[in-house]
Amino acid sequence: MSHIRSHVMVCAGTGCTSSESPKILAALEKELKAHKLQDEIRIVKTGCFGLCSQGPIVMVFPEGACYSKVTEPDVAEIVSEHLVKGRIVTRLLHMEGDEGETATSLAETQFYKHQLRIALRNCGVINPESIDEYLGVDGYTALERILTEMTPPQEIIDCIKKSGLRGRGGAGFSTGQKWQFAYDAQSEDGVKYVCCNADEGDPGAFMDRSVLEGDPFSVIEAMTIAGYAVGAGQGYIYVRAEYPIAVKRLEIAIAQARQYGLLGKNILGSGFSFDIELRLGAGAFVCGEETALLISIEGHRGEPRPRPPFPAVKGLFGRPTLLNNVETYANITWILNHGWEEFAAIGTEKSKGTKVFALGGKITNTGLVEVPMGTTLRTIIEDIGGGIPNGKQFKAAQTGGPSGGCIPAELIDTPIDYDSLSAIGSMMGSGGLIVMDEDNCMVDIAKFFLEFCVDESCGKCVPCRVGTKRLYDLLCKITDGRGTLEDLDTIEELCHHLKSSALCALGQSAPNPVLSTLRYFRDEYVAHVVEKRCPAGVCRNLLRYEIDPVKCCGCTLCARNCPVNAITGAVKAPHIIDQNKCIKCGLCQSNCRFDAVSKH
Amino acid sequence: MPNCKTTIPYHGTPEQEERLRKVIAEHKGQPGATMPVLQAAQGIFGYLPEEVQIMVAEGLDIPLSEVYGVATFYSFFSLNPKGKYQISVCLGTACYVKGAADVLSAVEQKLSITSGGITPDGLFSLDACRCIGACGLAPVMMINDDVYGRLTPAQVGPILDKYLKLG
Repeated sequence: MSHIRSHVMVCAGTGCTSSESPKILAALEKELKAHKLQDEIRIVKTGCFGLCSQGPIVMVFPEGACYSKVTEPDVAEIVSEHLVKGRIVTRLLHMEGDEGETATSLAETQFYKHQLRIALRNCGVINPESIDEYLGVDGYTALERILTEMTPPQEIIDCIKKSGLRGRGGAGFSTGQKWQFAYDAQSEDGVKYVCCNADEGDPGAFMDRSVLEGDPFSVIEAMTIAGYAVGAGQGYIYVRAEYPIAVKRLEIAIAQARQYGLLGKNILGSGFSFDIELRLGAGAFVCGEETALLISIEGHRGEPRPRPPFPAVKGLFGRPTLLNNVETYANITWILNHGWEEFAAIGTEKSKGTKVFALGGKITNTGLVEVPMGTTLRTIIEDIGGGIPNGKQFKAAQTGGPSGGCIPAELIDTPIDYDSLSAIGSMMGSGGLIVMDEDNCMVDIAKFFLEFCVDESCGKCVPCRVGTKRLYDLLCKITDGRGTLEDLDTIEELCHHLKSSALCALGQSAPNPVLSTLRYFRDEYVAHVVEKRCPAGVCRNLLRYEIDPVKCCGCTLCARNCPVNAITGAVKAPHIIDQNKCIKCGLCQSNCRFDAVSKH
Repeated sequence: MPNCKTTIPYHGTPEQEERLRKVIAEHKGQPGATMPVLQAAQGIFGYLPEEVQIMVAEGLDIPLSEVYGVATFYSFFSLNPKGKYQISVCLGTACYVKGAADVLSAVEQKLSITSGGITPDGLFSLDACRCIGACGLAPVMMINDDVYGRLTPAQVGPILDKYLKLG
């Protein structure tokens, strides 16, 4: 066997692939061959490191040098300097902030220092397309131990229960309890199912995708264990069709597991059989709801049905079905290998373990982070996230996607767990965390989420189908400058009706973004309604563009660019915008070289 | 209604129909076959015209209303053909707070079509999509498989011109 002296890890997750990491991979292979190094240096395609905004990321071990924003021409330098001569290319090392010190090793950076990676433990560490690498990081030890010792299912379920693990898909129901219900449920013909919810529909959330792209085996192993524990022989993974890389890696992983006898008939000679089939979603947000997801796997329109009966009792094809989220499964083997005590020691009283968040929006380090439950929003935003770029003020953070709420700046020290988030009118959700600054209008954000819910409402129940649309219309009225103070009361009343009468979580939680912004940013709503003014300068119908006659030197650039010819004025004389013609497109402002156009 | 019945005549070839029949035969009798078959059909034809829906319904022995119901429920399925260059502007939250709406209107203005539409020459079709997961590069637009990140409305014109030139 040849001796490998260095490993070059290249992120091949969606984020880095979009910033052209495949080109980096090809260039690396070419350069290594040119230097005849292909036998002593191994290139590893990994899952997400988390630093998506800095992509593409290339890491070189054993030094642990982390190169960020690598471009194709940089590759030759990394190979000739670092890999041939052993000199780290300081110029390309990941920098923290703009003037921060370079960090040669990721663990030292602010971004990683506060993190604890359990669900993401193998992401960026192993090649997700190789079962051998998964086996090399203690993969399948849990399943092997259980099947050789024939651990009683109740013992496994008790371990999960005692760990305090709660569903990571959003609602936060006890995972052990769920397993218990599925275990206790009787099936007439003995058939039960284990399903995995990988229909990650929240816009701005990509935790599950990263787990599937970076460590698909941990989910497959956990589902197999779940199958053994609850007595199921068939599993389904329902994954978004919008995640082509995740789908491909799951297909590879399932095929390799079958080849190794770790999936299929008579696993490890134990007599236990379990197989997994992939089902692709087709772009319906509501299919993330458990009953809708199961109905969609059955091949129908993904419309939720009332519960009870819960899926654990009557689920897929009418049989008892265990349904967990990707990130929940990713925690299972860690808990079984390390013991429930170690897991239960992390986090807060009622929320144990860690949570993965997809950090996005107006934040320096967009990307994927995993922190212990109870970490404050301040730590996530200021330390890990590197704060708000361009010297702007932090205004609010949105968690839980269209079902969650906005957390205002004054609550930045809130420790993040299931219960504290519900208490302040938001929710954990699946883990999207969008940061907003002073330039974001909160009424507009509420309208954005409502529009999403109107689009995605399946139309089965009236409260959601009609209620979300009426709410959306009222918000439009306000952002158009036609709102009244009574409208605000109507909105609140409608929200409460919707919450109490909608059939499923989509409708019940659709008012959350509206209610939470009304609660914390009521003054902004009032400014829209009473003063007919959008304080953040977002809502177009309330804007006015004006030209400062002192600064304007009459260059005519704005007039030439105006799509509706609303700007008039002679050459070298101040120009004027005709407010009746202006469509507030902002082109005059972005084209002015003298900073003469202002927005009110 | 962007997803209503198309007025463009059906152009399926016998080869495409043969491929679809094969897929149907593979899935026939399986529980929950409708979606995988429709996904394959959309892959073969690029969209799901009435003629294809009828083939699926008859092949799987399920009512056409059921097939139509599923095809119109999920946003991934399209009853209309797509352009040679399929543009998706991400309107996920991360992109939205970073100005994706302005990027979308720049594309709409440039091509004189709205989201869900297709240019008369069949070159471009435009959709607003929900989060392609490249939140680190927000705001993002995809043209077929090419991803354009950290966009400003001003960059839209030159990018589209590149494809116009290719024809």
